[in-house]
Amino acid sequence: MSARAAWRLESLGFERVYDYVPGKTDWFAAGLPREGEAASVPLAGDAAREVPACHFRQSPAAGISPHDDEDVACVAVNDEGVVLGLVRRDRLRAGLSVAVEEIMEPGPTTVRASEPLADLTKRMREAEVEHILVTDPEGRLIGLLRRGEAERLLRGRSSE
Amino acid sequence: MPGRIERDEVRRLLSEEGAQLVEVLPRRQYEQLHIAGAVSLPLKEIDARAGSALDRHHPVIVYCNDYL
Repeated sequence: MSARAAWRLESLGFERVYDYVPGKTDWFAAGLPREGEAASVPLAGDAAREVPACHFRQSPAAGISPHDDEDVACVAVNDEGVVLGLVRRDRLRAGLSVAVEEIMEPGPTTVRASEPLADLTKRMREAEVEHILVTDPEGRLIGLLRRGEAERLLRGRSSE
Repeated sequence: MPGRIERDEVRRLLSEEGAQLVEVLPRRQYEQLHIAGAVSLPLKEIDARAGSALDRHHPVIVYCNDYL
């Protein structure tokens, strides 16, 4: 539909017309701003929080604090910011002298930012998953969604 | 020929060139959920309303749901 609209606008004399073919599905999946009656429905991106990223080739000792209480020490990414693995705190302590890729859990489960939060949280609870990574459609890291925080956010929205 | 662009270029055109973002789906779908800052101009209304609703001096970016 957008292709026909773009062509029609051009034929009407608009000189710089662009077609964003991936459309709003792509935009919301990247966690970018939305408006409208359904905009208040919580999505995964709304509950994603910043998490340390580390390059998969770097030594874990460089710039990663092993004293944090979080289970996830850092998310291993490549030069493009694409998620390649997850480094847990206990693995970091055991492998401070080796490269991240040697101690990361490769291919962690990820979800898009546009995943409805209520459904996602329910599935996480049933599977006893405490956290999950949120990425954009290119697999680039957006943040870490913790189930407890997501459930609090949902409770807060339902009581408003 | 209208250029096909990806998300990063959409964001650049919006921030640097004052582009106009236009959802061409039926108005009800726009009212439900749309990209922040977009205006509604359904495909069927383009002939009648484009001239008054859009600025010819700035880029126009149209979108719908996705590839389909």
